[in-house]
Amino acid sequence: MDWFLQQLINGLALGAIYALIALGYTMVYGVLRFINFAHSDVLMLGAFSAFYLTPIIVPMLGAQTVWTALAVILLSAAICAVIGMTIEFLAYRPLRKRPRLTVLITAIGVSLFLEFTGQHEKVFGAATKPFPTLLPKRDLIFGALHISSNDLVVLALTAVLLVAMWFIVQRTKIGMAMRAVSYNEQAAALMGVNVNAVISFTFGLGSALAAVAGIFYAMRAPGIEPLMGVQPGLRAFIAAVLGGIGNLPGAALGGIVLGLLETFFGGMPGLSNYRDGIAFALLILILLFRPAGLLGKLQMEKV
Amino acid sequence: MNPLLECEKVTIKFGGVTAVSELDLHIREHELVGLIGPNGAGKTTAFNLITGVYQPTAGSIAFGGRTTAGVKPELLSLRGISRTFQNIRLFASMTVFDNVRTAMQGNRAQRVRDALLRGKSFRETEARVKHEAMELLKIFGLDEACDAPGKSLPYGDQRRLEIVRALATQPKLLLLDEPAAGMNPTEKQQLMELIRFVHDKFGIAVLLVEHDMKVVMGICQRITVLDYGRKIAEGTPVEIRSDPKVIAAYLGKEEG
Amino acid sequence: MMRGKEQIFLLVAIVVAVALSFASGAFNRYYLGIAVDVGINIILAVSLNLINGHTGQFSLGHAGFMAVGGYTAAKLTLLYGALLPPAAQPFLFAAALLAGGLVAALAGLLVGVPSLRLRGDYLAIVTLGFGEIIRVIFQTSDFFGAATGLTGITKMTTFGWAWALAAVTVYVVACLVNSTYGRGFIAVHDDEIAASAMGINTVRYKVTAFVVGAFFAGIAGGLYAHHKLVLKPDGFDFVRSIEIVVMVILGGMGRTAGVICAAVILTILPELLRGVAEYRMIIYALLIIGLMLTRPQGLFTFGKKGGA
Repeated sequence: MDWFLQQLINGLALGAIYALIALGYTMVYGVLRFINFAHSDVLMLGAFSAFYLTPIIVPMLGAQTVWTALAVILLSAAICAVIGMTIEFLAYRPLRKRPRLTVLITAIGVSLFLEFTGQHEKVFGAATKPFPTLLPKRDLIFGALHISSNDLVVLALTAVLLVAMWFIVQRTKIGMAMRAVSYNEQAAALMGVNVNAVISFTFGLGSALAAVAGIFYAMRAPGIEPLMGVQPGLRAFIAAVLGGIGNLPGAALGGIVLGLLETFFGGMPGLSNYRDGIAFALLILILLFRPAGLLGKLQMEKV
Repeated sequence: MNPLLECEKVTIKFGGVTAVSELDLHIREHELVGLIGPNGAGKTTAFNLITGVYQPTAGSIAFGGRTTAGVKPELLSLRGISRTFQNIRLFASMTVFDNVRTAMQGNRAQRVRDALLRGKSFRETEARVKHEAMELLKIFGLDEACDAPGKSLPYGDQRRLEIVRALATQPKLLLLDEPAAGMNPTEKQQLMELIRFVHDKFGIAVLLVEHDMKVVMGICQRITVLDYGRKIAEGTPVEIRSDPKVIAAYLGKEEG
Repeated sequence: MMRGKEQIFLLVAIVVAVALSFASGAFNRYYLGIAVDVGINIILAVSLNLINGHTGQFSLGHAGFMAVGGYTAAKLTLLYGALLPPAAQPFLFAAALLAGGLVAALAGLLVGVPSLRLRGDYLAIVTLGFGEIIRVIFQTSDFFGAATGLTGITKMTTFGWAWALAAVTVYVVACLVNSTYGRGFIAVHDDEIAASAMGINTVRYKVTAFVVGAFFAGIAGGLYAHHKLVLKPDGFDFVRSIEIVVMVILGGMGRTAGVICAAVILTILPELLRGVAEYRMIIYALLIIGLMLTRPQGLFTFGKKGGA
């Protein structure tokens, strides 16, 4: 029972990180209908931004204080938002009217560019770097149960961000514009929606979430390196598809499901090596029975 | 004449919407029937039911005396149902000739071994298909454009090519989905002649979905009228023209 | 007049490949190694082109098929190589390659089935997933050396083997494409709904494309294993699949000639960039982006689309 609860909490915390990343995939898919392969590298850039910002901010706000953590997270999110918008402007916007496959390959190119540039010794270097401790880590102990304070922070923050996303998309003007572009880009443009601005905003928002996720992922990981985004990126991507790509609650649900699966299978002796395989096998099974994902709506081709 | 297509009380629901409700539609061999109705009346849905794209929620469809329940479109095509599409669906990366040739291969696909060895039987079937496709294109005056990409033809010719492609499957029943859409009066006149010609020359039954009253009234032997998924009238063009229900539902609105 | 044109091409290509192979002692070993890489990549790119280019499916799992073929073939030569006399070795190699191809084809059949229900991005992620599952299986299976992989594989792949089999691949794909199969593939690519309305069995063509494509990827895997002599599960991750996809796209989807050129260039290019080794992958990435922005239809647009 303790083991179960322990895995549940670990899984939820990991799933929350995947959910944050998956939101970015899903929002971009919603407005542009393509999978932004470079999203996982924006996550890496978020972690590196925090890595370089922390020593600058600590003298100002103190080591391991809430204010330092908050400042580092917000600034990293802002940096990544700018990076995401820049990528969209330079690499994707010129291809807006081209086949989606072209954009997808470009995204793969951008992803490879960020990863290999990051690995260059004059940039970040390929070696793993220890990530600074942003928040004092305490283990809350209930009997045999160890709950890391970081896990609780991640869960709380994800919940807040999910509600914020929901609010932005459903209750604000820009959110309405996002939904309009997602529904029909041309019609939205004719109704006076500034499509470019909306898409840019979507990239910025998604990238900011990726940065936050990257920082929290880095806190759990042994360290950071330029390829650190690949694995969580892939899982979040699966999560987004699993939940029904383009669907915000779906992405959150998919992320949680994947995080739970990973910790439960990873925690079982003999199965841990198979956990990636199991995640994909599950995805394939679900897609075979629900081709549009768990919460997605199947769009029938009009004949 | 023998019945070819028998739709009995065919119903299809999408979620809560009943797109077609208890439709009875019978077509005999070599008949030219029109299916009309206002926008959203369920005409194209009826087409998709007949061609196996959708399966009915209730009711039955039989073609040539055999049920079509659960039969896939490609098998119905081999049984003799062929169609055109409202929004022309030619094979975009193929030439005019290949569009027709591809439709011709249906149940005559080669075996892998023959395709790889390129032996005598392979070359013979290729030559025969080529000959037949060219003959068909010649009948419709498209043989000169045979090497042009199908999509490069003028609009009217694309419609014509789609009909030729449908004929290449050697159908017993040809379904035409709004073939006059987007045509000017001259083109419509030519289209009417073309449909009549196809109907006579190939001795096949034709089911025509059309918006344009002139076209339907001008060539169809019998007309079925749909409104809100239900059949509201059936009869000869003369009967339909004077049917008060049809006038109310359709003609009254459209032609004033 | 058509008689034998394709066969003559195949025969000449094989004879030239084998002849050059016998003369290979005269060539620099480094260049020879790259030439073998080129042959293997041609097989991979041309076979993926059948799935992604001609048939319009989107597979991101080609490296998985390659892994299946590579591991199968390598395991066979490792198990039986020592038992057989030297004269029988080429036959063992041929049998191992064939077995690798067949097992990969079986995997292709498994992956082809989801393609019946899924399309576009969803199919891409499922094929990617299959590739990863295959990798995880090899990574965890002690029989296949787990994370260390297989080592001590005998060098059997020569220039002749690689290029003769590349010629066979091109021949088979070209023959299929120029037959009712090819028209079926292209019909599926262009418009599945219209294809099925015209009596084309879309299921059959999609599965055929996956099976044939996977078969040759398996052969390429076998050649790769007996060329590099070491197989590691990491070598078959999805970055490898993406490399093959890039070859197909740069070559101009569905154009066999262009895809061959792209395979040649993209294999040689990293070698040319060895002088600036630390920048070469960055340049490779920028090249992909630049080409997509300026020539999205592919680098090469010669060669009939659909034909060879």
